[in-house]
Amino acid sequence: MSNLIKGNKHEWETVIGLEIHAQVKSNSKLFSNSSTAFGSRPNSQVSLVDAAMPGMLPVINKYCIEQAVKTGIGLNAKINNYSIFDRKNYFYADLPQGYQISQYKYPIVGEGKVSIDFKDGSSKDIRIVRLHLEQDAGKSLHDQNPTKTYVDLNRSGVALMEIVSEPDIRSADEAGLYISKIRSILMYLDTCDGNMQEGSLRADVNISVRKPGDDYGIRCEIKNLNSIKFIKQAINYEVRRQIEILETGGVIEQNTLLFNTSTGKTKPMRSKEEAHDYRYFPDPDLLPLEINQKDIDKMVNSIPELPDERKRKYVVVYNLSNYDASVLTADKSVSDYFDSVIKSDQSLKNSAKIVVNWITSELFSLLKENNIDIDNSPINPKYLGKLVKLIKENIISGKIAKDVLIEMFNSKQDPEIIIKNKGLKQVTDTSEIENIVDEVLKENKKMVEQYLSGKDKLLGFFVGQSMKKSKGKANPKILNEILKSKLSNKN
Amino acid sequence: MKLDTNTINKIAKLARIRLSEDEAKDLLKDMNSILDWVEQLNEVNTDSVEPLANISSSTLPQRKDEAKDINSSDEILKNSPDKLEDYFVVPKVVE
Amino acid sequence: MEFKSINQLKSLLEENKISVKEIAETYIRKINEKKDLNIFIYFDEDKINEQVKEIEKLPNNKKLKGIPIAVKDLFCTKKMPTTAGSKILENFHPTYESFVTQKLINEGSMFVGKTNLDEFAMGSATNTSYFGNTINPLSKKGVPLAPGGSSGGSAAAVAADLCLGSTGTDTGGSIRQPASFCGVVGIKPTYGLCSRWGIAAFASSLDQAGVFSKNVKDASILLEAIAGHDERDSTSSKVEIPNYSQNLNPDLNGKIIGIPKEYTLDGISDEINMVWENAINSLEKKGAKIKNISLAHTKYALPTYYIIAPAEASSNLARYDGVKYGFRSKDVNSLDEMYELTRSEGFGKEVKRRILIGTYVLSAGYYDAYYLKAQKVRKLIANDFIETFKECDFILTPTAPSAAFPLNEKQDDPIKMYLNDVFTVPASLAGIPGISIPYGKDKNGLPLGIQLLGKHFNEQEIINAAFALEKDYE
Repeated sequence: MSNLIKGNKHEWETVIGLEIHAQVKSNSKLFSNSSTAFGSRPNSQVSLVDAAMPGMLPVINKYCIEQAVKTGIGLNAKINNYSIFDRKNYFYADLPQGYQISQYKYPIVGEGKVSIDFKDGSSKDIRIVRLHLEQDAGKSLHDQNPTKTYVDLNRSGVALMEIVSEPDIRSADEAGLYISKIRSILMYLDTCDGNMQEGSLRADVNISVRKPGDDYGIRCEIKNLNSIKFIKQAINYEVRRQIEILETGGVIEQNTLLFNTSTGKTKPMRSKEEAHDYRYFPDPDLLPLEINQKDIDKMVNSIPELPDERKRKYVVVYNLSNYDASVLTADKSVSDYFDSVIKSDQSLKNSAKIVVNWITSELFSLLKENNIDIDNSPINPKYLGKLVKLIKENIISGKIAKDVLIEMFNSKQDPEIIIKNKGLKQVTDTSEIENIVDEVLKENKKMVEQYLSGKDKLLGFFVGQSMKKSKGKANPKILNEILKSKLSNKN
Repeated sequence: MKLDTNTINKIAKLARIRLSEDEAKDLLKDMNSILDWVEQLNEVNTDSVEPLANISSSTLPQRKDEAKDINSSDEILKNSPDKLEDYFVVPKVVE
Repeated sequence: MEFKSINQLKSLLEENKISVKEIAETYIRKINEKKDLNIFIYFDEDKINEQVKEIEKLPNNKKLKGIPIAVKDLFCTKKMPTTAGSKILENFHPTYESFVTQKLINEGSMFVGKTNLDEFAMGSATNTSYFGNTINPLSKKGVPLAPGGSSGGSAAAVAADLCLGSTGTDTGGSIRQPASFCGVVGIKPTYGLCSRWGIAAFASSLDQAGVFSKNVKDASILLEAIAGHDERDSTSSKVEIPNYSQNLNPDLNGKIIGIPKEYTLDGISDEINMVWENAINSLEKKGAKIKNISLAHTKYALPTYYIIAPAEASSNLARYDGVKYGFRSKDVNSLDEMYELTRSEGFGKEVKRRILIGTYVLSAGYYDAYYLKAQKVRKLIANDFIETFKECDFILTPTAPSAAFPLNEKQDDPIKMYLNDVFTVPASLAGIPGISIPYGKDKNGLPLGIQLLGKHFNEQEIINAAFALEKDYE
């Protein structure tokens, strides 16, 4: 698959690196004991430390460190036994200390990699440069008042993991796959809730373009994108913009950009115009963070099964395609649901593909119509397993099964009970089907003659009529066989 | 002379301190003499010396992840020179 | 009426010879009489009287019940505003009590007021305060003297008998040097012995709280009250706090005292060297052994300090931006203008100078040459002490290179001013404890201090030696 983009004069290659900011899932903030809960009253979750009152000092949250280490392990990365918290100095309304506590030269997690999977079954590794812990800033509200900006410090000091990739990404689609993959790993590890709408996961995207084989071009950074859709839109717009500039003889200005979601365009950030000099230095209020290898090893052993492992298992044990398996494992809840279905009955192992289809097509559309998460699905995985088994064993047809599924969704009932109550059980008794076929053939003598004189297509008509008479319950395979044999006998 | 007026203004901008011309001139003189004076550290060979950031030899203490009952927004906003409802208020920021 | 010591006043109180209310009245009167010295930034009779009612209810076993204490206005206090000597903290009323002052309150002490200091503790003469100079109570008529700094108000408060003890902070000598200038005892403990929680930060890796008092025993009583681990300060140490006052022991037999040759400086008055000599002789007479030692990197301590401290300060003082508390410049049209004018109008000259120096030494392209270099030299300075303490129990030096100088002297040349800290800064960089006690006088009758430096967390050793030396002038 070529990712090259055709300009008016040349073909161009896109080079993208992502800095993902993932909010650490924890009860309290990175350096203070105020709550991290989302959506509270402004400035109600602000400690003296978060508001940078004189003489207030940071004390680190042990759990946030563990979460970062776990994430590092999940990203196949090196965990550093020694790391340092630095101050990144700059002034902003929602940065009460006048500096952000972050990690600069010695991050907690070093180099790692994740793989992304394409539809054609191929995959690609994206290298991770580092992961470090840092404080989130507060929130500035610019649109409440024509001359004022309002500041809410509830988020100030919440722990973030910044995950920095190498510029290994070559298209908007790859960027989308990469961020989905990171999100999925974080959610499997339970180190971030992955909620992009609430800003728990957001990304800064570094983009440049070059002619294939050339050195990296000058890049621009689009700040603070909080949906995969916007990330893709912003990349596509920005790539076109850069190509146009270059092809008309212009030069890319290294810039920090904002993406306007309503116009779909990027524009330079005004407030960041002047060059920054963050004056990083080790925070003298904190000591170096040392993590001993024994604790890291302990955490490695407690890491839950991750998407790639599950994916491999699905491919090897359940015979699913690489792509099916990656779709299934992308969302931990879906994968968990699938596992529960399979676990409910040993024999379903051999029907994994059918189970996947029922989950990703029928169940998903019901959930979507009703705006329900799979975690809250009214259909118990055990019952979905039963339904698949009923189909496999020819107790009901696939068509009836769809109706049964809707009924299961509405009533939360066992499919067997629904089938029994509604008399939906498939007719496999040949004599019963023979009777029906006889009746149909008797009622449509003219058609039978036409069939016998060569109009083969009419077979479908007889099947339809017979099925209708059986109220859809006749086993289609048996029905077909009987019909064919009866018609040939008439010859 | 380590610094010129241009540099001192850049530094002042980074530190968000506005200097009058006289102040800048005054500070330039002081800072240059201080920077010349600290230059003597170059006499010391520090090739194999680890930098000392903190005198404490213990490791970073870590606290439990507990969200505690904390201050009301009233308490946090109490000293603010400009506030409205539950917000700190600053002059409009254009992003 | 003058009370000589904490224990004397405590006995009078316990024997009902004086009431808490009478103590309050006595000190209110004294403070009012000495208002022209500008020792207090905050003093309010009502606030003292309010405390009387609370303190009266306390049992007599509270270690500092009714003891009048002055608090350096760098410590955040709930019942009194806190300024750090700066306009930028105008009208700042903390909603919290610093660790150190809370401990003093817990022991029943009576806060008489908040003392003047150099703005954000940056200075050596208490002359950079937004609230004006403090005058050394020992000044002769017509020649007002500086009390030293930055904790000049707290040292002067003890010297003028406006309290029996006071709190200070010492980043490069800010307790020991004013103690020397004012003729009182001042102790700067090991870095990490007293929590920094609730003290407006100057240079976090150096700042340490300590106390002033009239005598060594009182200093030990006050120190054991304010020391201790605090889980809210990540650099607070977990060591067991000895009962310094009960362990007081003037016996110096067999102790080895280091005399560093690098502390003999050109241009220092004979009087200073004489006092040092006298103290050495006295210690020897008391059974101690004198050992000449070398602290090879002493010379580089001041320049090292004047890179590290401003660098940390430039970042620590970024929070004073006019948003959350304190002063904000009026009529500003943009966020940046608000920052620049607020900080330009809110900070004084010395603070601005240090913020700019600090900003410069941390900035891109200069970090390695200045800040990193200074941290490496700091390591060498700390190592000098560690090595030296393998062969001696404590070190004896003068506290300051001069006696109290006239106000407004030395103001023009910052480096000349910084030289005041030449004997105190090395110990600050090494994080070791130091105590200054008055030991003799110069020809003008002004006190001169002598400094004892000890091993990390070995405050008891230097307190004991100071206790022994103090007897020479009783």
